[in-house]
Amino acid sequence: MTGFLLSGDEDERGDTLQRTLIGAAAMAAAAGVALYFGRKRSETAGEPLLSDAPASTLRGSRKPDPALIGRTVTINRNAQELYDFWRKFENLSQFMDNVRAVETLDNSRSRWTIAAPAGTEIEFVSRITEDQPGRVIAWESEEGATIRNAGRVEFIDAAPGRGTMVRATITYDPPAGTVGRAIAKVLQREPNVQARRDLRRFKQLMETGEVTSSASPSGRRSEEPTKQYL
Amino acid sequence: MRALTWHGRHDVRVDTVPDPEIVHPRDVIIKITSTAICGSDLHLFDGYIPTMRAGDILGHENMGEVVEVGAKSPLKKGQRVVIPFTVSCGSCYFCGKQQFSACDNSNPATTSDMSETLYGYPMGGALGYAHLTGGYAGGQAEYLRVPYSDVGPVVIPDGMPDDQVLFLSDILPTGWMAAENAEIEPGDTVAVWGCGPVGLFAIQSAFLMGAHRVIAIDHFPRRLELAKGLGAEILHFREVNVREALFEMTGGIGPDACIDCVGMEAHGLGIDNILDTVKAHTFLGTDRPAAFRQAILSCRKGGRVSVPGVYGGMMDKFPIGAFMEKGLTMKTGQTHVQKYTAELLRMIEEGKIDTTFLVSHHASLEDGPDMYRHWHDHQDTYTKIILKPGLEKGAVQTQQEKIHEPA
Ligand SMILES: [Zn+2]
Ligand SMILES: [Zn+2]
Repeated sequence: MTGFLLSGDEDERGDTLQRTLIGAAAMAAAAGVALYFGRKRSETAGEPLLSDAPASTLRGSRKPDPALIGRTVTINRNAQELYDFWRKFENLSQFMDNVRAVETLDNSRSRWTIAAPAGTEIEFVSRITEDQPGRVIAWESEEGATIRNAGRVEFIDAAPGRGTMVRATITYDPPAGTVGRAIAKVLQREPNVQARRDLRRFKQLMETGEVTSSASPSGRRSEEPTKQYL
Repeated sequence: MRALTWHGRHDVRVDTVPDPEIVHPRDVIIKITSTAICGSDLHLFDGYIPTMRAGDILGHENMGEVVEVGAKSPLKKGQRVVIPFTVSCGSCYFCGKQQFSACDNSNPATTSDMSETLYGYPMGGALGYAHLTGGYAGGQAEYLRVPYSDVGPVVIPDGMPDDQVLFLSDILPTGWMAAENAEIEPGDTVAVWGCGPVGLFAIQSAFLMGAHRVIAIDHFPRRLELAKGLGAEILHFREVNVREALFEMTGGIGPDACIDCVGMEAHGLGIDNILDTVKAHTFLGTDRPAAFRQAILSCRKGGRVSVPGVYGGMMDKFPIGAFMEKGLTMKTGQTHVQKYTAELLRMIEEGKIDTTFLVSHHASLEDGPDMYRHWHDHQDTYTKIILKPGLEKGAVQTQQEKIHEPA
C-alpha cells in the first residue's frame, strides 16, 4: 500500500498541515538508500575530499542534495545495546514522533505506518539492505512507496568510557503530484529538525528510561498537565 | 490549584490552573510549603528572557511535602524535600561528571531546539524558567510536579524550618559555586559585585573558603549593610570610583578574585551601561554588563573572574585586551545544584552557614503579584521574599527585625 490512507481522524493536537507533512516525511525517511548513496558518491568521484567529516556537513559546491540529512548524537550506552534496540523496528515508534507503528514482516522486511496530514496515515514496506550487528543498520522503502526513502544508522564507539556515537543518515525521494510537491517543499527545509529531535528522544530513552517531558499545568486553558506542549 | 502565572512584561497574576499530575514513574508531586522569588525571576518579569509564554507558572526555588509518588521514585509520601531548580537526569555524561546544569536529557526534544539555535547547544532543563530551559512549570503554586525525583530532591531532617533550607534550591549553592569558581586561596582578597542573595551567599562562602578580605559592591544601603554584617568591606558605587577604590584598597594590586553576582541587568553609571540600556530596550543587544566589565578591568594580573550572574544574549565591548594581557581565568555557568546540596545541608545543620538573615518578607501566594512589584521597585528593603501558599491573603510578615548580628 503506497497511497494516503484516509482514516478521517481529526488530528487531536491540531497540528498544521505543514507540521504533519514535515514529520511524516522525515520520519518515513528515518535514516539512507544504498542505491541513493551510491549515486551520490559516484557523482563526486574524482574530486577527493580533504575533510574527515560526514557528507551531511559538506557545503558550497560540495553540498549534497538537500534530501540528504545527517545527524550524530552521543549516547552513554554501548553500541550493541543501542543496535539491539533499534534493530527491533517496533521500538522506533517510542521515540520517532510521527511513526505510529512498525510491524516486522520477516527477517528483513517491515511495514511502517506514518502520521500524515489531516489525520491520515501513510504505509509502506521497508527492506533491510545492510545489517552489521552492533555497527550498522540500513534500510530502504520497497518499490511503490509514496515517499521513497532510505535510512542508515551507524553505531560508532566514542572515546573509552564515553559511550557510542549514533549517526543517522536519511534520504528520500518525494512523490510526484500535488501532494508530492507539497511534501517535497517542506522536506527541503525541516526534516533535519525532526531527525535531531528523534535522535534526542532516542538518547533520552536509552539513557534515562523515559522520553523527557515537561508536561505540566499552565494558565493556558487548552493545555493538560500530562501532555507535552512546546 | 492556585498559581502565579506570567502574562507579559510586568504582568504577573494569580490564576486557577489544573493540578499537576505524575507523567513518568520517576516523578513525584509536592505540596509547596515555601517558594522564593529570585533575582533571576526579575529577568522574566522585565521581559529579558525569550521564550516565556503567557500562562507559564513561575518559581524555581521550591520546597514542600511529597504528596504523590511515581512507581519508580525512592521518595515517600510525607517527606519534606527541597527541589533543585536544575532538572537533571542523573544518567547522562554531564550528570556523571556532576555538571548537573548541563544535563543532556532534561530539556525535552522540542524545546531544546530553541537553545540549540540560539547558543549552538541544547541547554539543560530548569523549573519555572521559560521554554528555552524546557517549559517546566514552576513552584510558585500550590503543587509542583518534580521529574527525576531520584536525582534532585533533598530530604530535609525533621525540625529544620523551611527558611533554613529553602535556599538549597538555588541561591545558596549558586553563591557557593561562585566562590568555588573563584578558586580562593588563603590570604586572598575577593571582590563581589552585587549584594543580592547570591552575592551575600558568595561572601559567606568566600570567607568559609579562606578569603582574608571580601569587598562587596552595591548601591542599596540595606544590602550593603547585610554584606557588612557578614564581615565584608563595602563600596557604594555611586559614592566611589570602584576600580580606583579596589586598586587602592589592595595596595595597588587589585583583587585576587572577582565575582559578578549581578548579571544582565546591572545598574551602573558608566556611559557604556547607558548605551547598553538603550540597546536592550531597542533589542539591539540584550545584556548590560557594567559589573562584568568592571570585574575584568579590576582583577589583578593572573587573577580569577567568576560569573554566577545570569547573561542571556550578546555583549558589546568585552574587554578582551585586559582579559588576555592580564592572563585572567574565567569560570561561569548555571549552578550544578545537586553537586552541593548534601555538603551545604550539613554546614547549615552545623551552624556554619546562616541562611535566614537575608529573608525580609513572607507573603501568601495571593499577594505574589504585589511582591513581584516590590521585589522590582524596592530592592533596598525587600532583600528576599518567600511565598507560602499556606498563608492567608494579606498576611505579609516582615522580618526586618531579624538582622544578622556581626560575629
Ligand atoms: Zn533563583
Ligand atoms: Zn543528565
